[in-house]
Amino acid sequence: MNPNIVEIDHLSFGYKGRLLHKGINMVFPRGKVVAIMGGSGSGKTTLLRLIGGQIKPSAGEVRVDGEVVHKQDRDGIYRLRRKMGMLFQHGALFTDLSVFDNVAFPMRELTDLPESMIRDLVLMKLNAVGLRGAYNFMPAELSGGMARRVALARAVALDPNIIMYDEPFAGLDPISMGVICDLIRSLNDALGATSIIVSHDVKETFLIADYVYFVANGEVAAEGTPHDLMQSSLPFVHQFVHGEKDGPVPFHYPAANYQSELLNQAPVK
Amino acid sequence: MDRTKIDLWVGIFVALGAAALLGLAMKVGNLTSSKIGPTYSVTAAFENVGSLKPHAPVKSAGVVVGRVDSIAFDSKKYEAVVTIKIDKRYAFPKDTFANIYTAGLLGEQYVGLEAGGEDDILKNGDTITQTQDAVVLEKMIGQFLFSKTSESKADSKVEPSTKAANAKSGRAKSTELGDAPF
Amino acid sequence: MIKSKLFSSITQTLRGIGKRMTERIWRLGAGTRLFFLTIFYSGESFKRFHLTLREIYFTGVMSLLIIVVSAFFVGMVLALQGYNTLQKYGSSEAIGVLVALSLVRELGPVVTALLFAGRAGTAITAEIGLMKTTEQLSAMEMMAVNPIARVVAPRFWAGVISMPILATLFSMVGILGGYIVAVPLIGVDDGAFWSQMQANVDFRADIINGVIKSLVFGVACTMIALFEGFDAPPTAEGVSRATTRTVVISSLTVLALDFVLTSFMMVI
Repeated sequence: MNPNIVEIDHLSFGYKGRLLHKGINMVFPRGKVVAIMGGSGSGKTTLLRLIGGQIKPSAGEVRVDGEVVHKQDRDGIYRLRRKMGMLFQHGALFTDLSVFDNVAFPMRELTDLPESMIRDLVLMKLNAVGLRGAYNFMPAELSGGMARRVALARAVALDPNIIMYDEPFAGLDPISMGVICDLIRSLNDALGATSIIVSHDVKETFLIADYVYFVANGEVAAEGTPHDLMQSSLPFVHQFVHGEKDGPVPFHYPAANYQSELLNQAPVK
Repeated sequence: MDRTKIDLWVGIFVALGAAALLGLAMKVGNLTSSKIGPTYSVTAAFENVGSLKPHAPVKSAGVVVGRVDSIAFDSKKYEAVVTIKIDKRYAFPKDTFANIYTAGLLGEQYVGLEAGGEDDILKNGDTITQTQDAVVLEKMIGQFLFSKTSESKADSKVEPSTKAANAKSGRAKSTELGDAPF
Repeated sequence: MIKSKLFSSITQTLRGIGKRMTERIWRLGAGTRLFFLTIFYSGESFKRFHLTLREIYFTGVMSLLIIVVSAFFVGMVLALQGYNTLQKYGSSEAIGVLVALSLVRELGPVVTALLFAGRAGTAITAEIGLMKTTEQLSAMEMMAVNPIARVVAPRFWAGVISMPILATLFSMVGILGGYIVAVPLIGVDDGAFWSQMQANVDFRADIINGVIKSLVFGVACTMIALFEGFDAPPTAEGVSRATTRTVVISSLTVLALDFVLTSFMMVI
């Protein structure tokens, strides 16, 4: 059996002559937590969508469990997606359904389990994320952190092999961040799944990731364990990891010479 | 928003819609009065059916007893053959008159049946022999004008003064009449 | 110098018009594609009918109030205005026919469709646009649930089922409104009101045609609302603009289709 559950092979992707990704190679071994990091707009979320088959690559392949994703027909893609669970950036809970119904949604749609079993499973999943008591709430009544946790429960509702996280720590308070951090790791180990985290939160991600890929300018700029990357002397990695103001990613957006622009007196359009 | 409440309201909604449709059909439309029962067909030939249309009512004594089914042209006798369907409940004798009347002054035209006195009754496929054509408005006006001029000529000896004026206008009208296409 | 400026502004205008035309044609194509996909994936809307039922509640039942109230007023105004003109020709007894035919043939289906587009159509567009913005549709896709089958198709069938019901209710309530103005208020004879109406309103030609019209309008309005929501840019501004487009495009389409359908029905 292939030790890697997901493989990205010489992947290129772009719109209208502008390539977002140029020949990316990544592997995601089974049972590990792998992080994809990079600046905003570097195409991290797009990688998740390529893995999930929502978009097709311009060149190269994405393989899930040995099968090429974009070559699947509709049924094939749905088959692959049943092995995946995804946590979206702000939860993406269905606003017209209660917490219970949200978590029950994948079970009701994709399985023929009787309601009694679904009830037990939903409560178990909610318990795993600590929100069993909130099963009756509507998404609008939840705080950001709670909504994120319910979405996590929903993502793991059918015990997927691959769990994908799109910016799971964005906009959370420290306690919620700690909770999510802990849950990602513990759920991954409990389910024996592979987790792919897209994030730019260095501190939390480095705590739980086994391996990290850095994406910049459409390529994998650096990769390694969190420990390696912390020690890395590569300027881009160093700037990112230590949060430095100026470096390969410049502070100043390209502009005309400061002195001449100030003295120019020409009106700013 | 639990299911039972939704089901209840949608049920009420659909029931209201059905009731409205039923109401429209019964009270507003002519569904109750249209012929649903068994009928028998009878034909009648007219020289001029005017503006009679299929589905026009067939009345006798003012009561709707049937509908006009179809109107065809007989190219041998150059007349219109009207097929009417009469409700089986009503029997008409063989010498029934079939006339084409107009409802109101400018209304729709319908077939009026006036029963005769014979003992034999019309059966499916029979032909009504006594018919009277539709009144064509233009002909009626023409006839009226014509009769008016003949009247004025007859009375001209009795009242010369007023009649002179009438005669002038009458003559003017009669020349028009002479040129009339009908 | 001036000539080239004029020339460039003309070409710019033409280019703009051309661009907008092609964009509209593109949208028409995309909308048609969504329509066929919706029909194709409609199986689930009927196998799990409670999905459609829920949408019938939100599009149909929730529109009842505005439909009934509007119908009542429209019927009353028809009777008033009609009486005003008819009594000059001594034909005030035809008021029933006037109200009934106007409503059943035209106003029932058309006004209902316009109100539906404004109330239910915008709600659908906003709801789906919001689901797109908050990535709920993406989430559904990633969970191997077809959003068209689960979200779009039930709403489509709900609209198609609700519209004729609403239009028929509109006609009936409108006639009642006209009756109330004509008989107790103005004093037209009760019997003449209904008998003239019955003599002149044909079930097949008028009432059924009205139902057919409202079915067609239902398809059009619901599909436009669904497409605008589905296609809206995932921002707050995008969704709000999409709801405006729904109302405008639905209204124009309904009126244009009304003309086409009426001319077809006159021939038949």
